[in-house]
Amino acid sequence: MNGVPFWLIVLIKGVIVLFVVITTFAYSMLFERKIMGWMQLRPGPNRVGPWGMLQPAADAVKMMFKEDLTPVTADPLIYRLAPFISLICAMSVFAIIPFSASSDGTPWSVANVNAGILFIFALTSIGIYGISLAGWASGSKFPLLGSVRSTAQMISYELSMSMSVIGVLILAGSTALSDIVSAQARLWFIVPQIVGFVIYLITAVAETNRAPFDLVEAETELVGGFHTEYSGLRFGLFFIAEYLNMITVSCLGTLLFLGGWNGVFGLPSDGILGLVWFIIKAGLFLFFYIWLRSTLPRFRYDRLMDFGWKVLLPVATLNLVVTAVIVAVWPHA
Amino acid sequence: MRKNLFNVGALFEGFATTFRAIFKPKPTVQYPSVRKQHAPRFHGLHELRRYADGKERCIGCELCAIACPANAITVIGAENSPQDRRSPGERFAARYEIDELRCIFCGLCEEACPTDAIVLTPRFEMADYRRGALIYAKDRLLVPAEAGVGTPPDERPNGIPSDLGGVYRAKDTVDIDKGYDATNRGEQLKASRKGLTA
Repeated sequence: MNGVPFWLIVLIKGVIVLFVVITTFAYSMLFERKIMGWMQLRPGPNRVGPWGMLQPAADAVKMMFKEDLTPVTADPLIYRLAPFISLICAMSVFAIIPFSASSDGTPWSVANVNAGILFIFALTSIGIYGISLAGWASGSKFPLLGSVRSTAQMISYELSMSMSVIGVLILAGSTALSDIVSAQARLWFIVPQIVGFVIYLITAVAETNRAPFDLVEAETELVGGFHTEYSGLRFGLFFIAEYLNMITVSCLGTLLFLGGWNGVFGLPSDGILGLVWFIIKAGLFLFFYIWLRSTLPRFRYDRLMDFGWKVLLPVATLNLVVTAVIVAVWPHA
Repeated sequence: MRKNLFNVGALFEGFATTFRAIFKPKPTVQYPSVRKQHAPRFHGLHELRRYADGKERCIGCELCAIACPANAITVIGAENSPQDRRSPGERFAARYEIDELRCIFCGLCEEACPTDAIVLTPRFEMADYRRGALIYAKDRLLVPAEAGVGTPPDERPNGIPSDLGGVYRAKDTVDIDKGYDATNRGEQLKASRKGLTA
């Protein structure tokens, strides 16, 4: 590694991660459409390429050739900027997610940030600006309603989510993602933090605006919610951002609760093997998302708020307090 | 609200239902490569038939045009002459046009026809990019002279369009021997409930 400038290594890592993440996005979309199809007794996409494997390419070409429309009532600058805010925030998160670790403990990530989890929460919170601004700048009714909903929903659920994650941070004693994973070498945090895990699972769905919490898009009531007026590539950017967020929370859930790249029953988990473990666990998370979407109907808006404030937040707070007390009383248990 | 929210059993039941659906056989017929069997009396594209000696059956009487509830048929008859004898009767159809976009495929023209000249075949793939192309004139309706007499109205080939290339019998659609399941399904159910059939 001597002689190679640091920035070059980071650049190469970044390009690799970006490429892998975009490919994962494309195929998670196909994966979702296939699984949803099967759950609805349909075969799913199977016309483009063998087993529909080229469907993402066909979709991308379609997106690119659609007309990029800006309504006359829209605020042109913010309207054009909003999708980029969403996408850039969704992508930047992957810079600090460790996908595996070498046998000497070096995490496989573009950057090992010591406040990793806080950085991720900061980025996802900024990403919400993309959605809010998109709805506001469209100059149209339905997008505005969608963005108002998104703001309220994000604030309500981000709180509970942070609360559920703090339990993990207390147990691990660190905010760096690689430390959190190595703290789970013996016992995954899903066992002591089962309540936190369930809350994380629910709030993560709400954070990414996915069914049954997709009130921000709610196509039956709000046409398309915040992206009603968007078309072509700009809509595509929102679409990518949504799926990337989904992958992010899957990765994060894996890192925080499912032991990251640690293998089951003490099976080896160095380097590539750890990556395989990581992909399996994150894939299960993604599958759960899709399963959820094709199973549950959309929440009513007031119930969403009720559930967030009156159920999730108290339970998350209680979980946090209990965890903190136990760790304080038996520090080395 | 609380009661609904914490009804976890119902939640798991829902998840189990969707999970089980993944492994169930899919009823989708992969249409262009696999063709579903039609009902035996399927009403598709029309055909003007001939007699065995090659003469046209249509006598230009316009009964089909009168019977047509969608006004889709235009017939203009003309007198046969000894030099140019098209049909056995006095008259023949000089022009015979069906607007397949107007047609509702009810088969009343077939019932009205006194000479069994017009029948509805099981052919159904007639999509086109231009509206004008969906007005079928004699050049496309009439059975070509070398192709025989055409489809007899009561002996349709079991609903399988024979001239559409590869035709396969798809599973789980219509059991031809028991009849079209959409029409006598109620009777079948009643019979099975009484223990009359397996």
